[in-house]
Amino acid sequence: MISAVALDAVPRIRRGVKCTYDQIRSAHVVLFPEGVLVLNETAASVVSLCDGVRSVGDIALVLGDEYDGVEPADIASLVARLVERRVVDVDG
Amino acid sequence: MAEAPFGLLAELTHRCPLQCGYCSNPVELVRRDAELSTEDWRRVFDQARSLGALQIHLSGGEPLLRPDLPELVTHANSLGCYVNLVTSGVGLSRERLRDLAARGVDHVQLSLQDATREGNDRIAGIKAFDRKVQAAAFVRDEDLPLTVNTVLHRQNLDNVAGIIAMAEEMGAERLELANTQYYGWALRNRAVLLPTRDQLAAADPVVAAAQERLRGRMEIVYVIADYHEAHPKPCMYGWGARQLTVAPNGDVLPCPAATVISTLKIENVREKSLHDIWHDSPSFNAFRGFEWMRYPCRSCPRKEIDFGGCRCQAFQLTGDAAATDPVCSLSPARSTVDLILETEMAPPEVPAMAMRKMP
Repeated sequence: MISAVALDAVPRIRRGVKCTYDQIRSAHVVLFPEGVLVLNETAASVVSLCDGVRSVGDIALVLGDEYDGVEPADIASLVARLVERRVVDVDG
Repeated sequence: MAEAPFGLLAELTHRCPLQCGYCSNPVELVRRDAELSTEDWRRVFDQARSLGALQIHLSGGEPLLRPDLPELVTHANSLGCYVNLVTSGVGLSRERLRDLAARGVDHVQLSLQDATREGNDRIAGIKAFDRKVQAAAFVRDEDLPLTVNTVLHRQNLDNVAGIIAMAEEMGAERLELANTQYYGWALRNRAVLLPTRDQLAAADPVVAAAQERLRGRMEIVYVIADYHEAHPKPCMYGWGARQLTVAPNGDVLPCPAATVISTLKIENVREKSLHDIWHDSPSFNAFRGFEWMRYPCRSCPRKEIDFGGCRCQAFQLTGDAAATDPVCSLSPARSTVDLILETEMAPPEVPAMAMRKMP
């Protein structure tokens, strides 16, 4: 079950998780114990903003400047999936 | 063309200070003089990365027994790979771990045989418990994430609550509780290891409650006892799909147990590149996808969930590696597994455990 993440929650990349770019797959990837996530462009942007300072709402605002049609609820559900995969933690 | 693999399991050596009777290494262990050289391993890592692998699991045996481990960690890290050290903890001093962490180990997987010193050391065959507890403390001090791995079987399944408590005490972020899978040494010792139905029924709610209680703190991965199940495990998430194994002598295996399939021609990194082996070898293509399947797998909606189960188990129990995994309730050979359960779960005379040893 994926629990909801609030807009004022502050996500950060978990300890032991590595974010990198894979030239072989031409994609951003997240590496963690026993797993690899291949990210699409939006997910890669979100992950790069999970810095332990910005809230989910802040991330939505930043991405809203860059892309059209960014919905805070979509960012929250993407962060929730990253929490479920143990890639990010949330405070707040 | 097959999709690129995500991980390389590098079995650097079969040498190990522990003698666990369920060891996943083959019964015919590779001896030291047949092990790949440092240069060979560097080339294997290069080829694995070019092929697409992003994780390198440095395993064994005990990888700390390779004097070139620090150099191999540096090399794996320089390729941008996630470096996972899989160890018994024996021989892991604070200084060695600090050096390995500085060179790029990202994560440590530490084996634990049982909840107590007495149980742990009886199963491991040597006094290892105190050193494991110490190794876990070193990992924590280096601020590296820790996974504790415990193989479950008749001798320790009743202690699962204690094992979970021990992993918590060790500061693990993940705990893998894996019921024994019967290949190699574990197959040889099956009559000592197979748990009873009562043991499994008692362990299930304990594990489920701990998963709930520790949510967000320690993830507990529970690997089922497949002989007792109605459906097979999704072995390797499909043959030649996500990961490849290189054995200490350079043999390249679609799964770590694949040497048991004696009809499979195994390729070696001394003769061919990982790229050619992954994409073009008969061994990696033998059971890729769904075309090789027969009935009942071929028409089964679960084939995309369990991929027909385990090829090694099919070969070991039916003599045919392309058969449905006989643990499946739809397999015509399921009665073989039921007979094993009836005769080996509670044998009238329990044989002695054959400890894993190099000849």
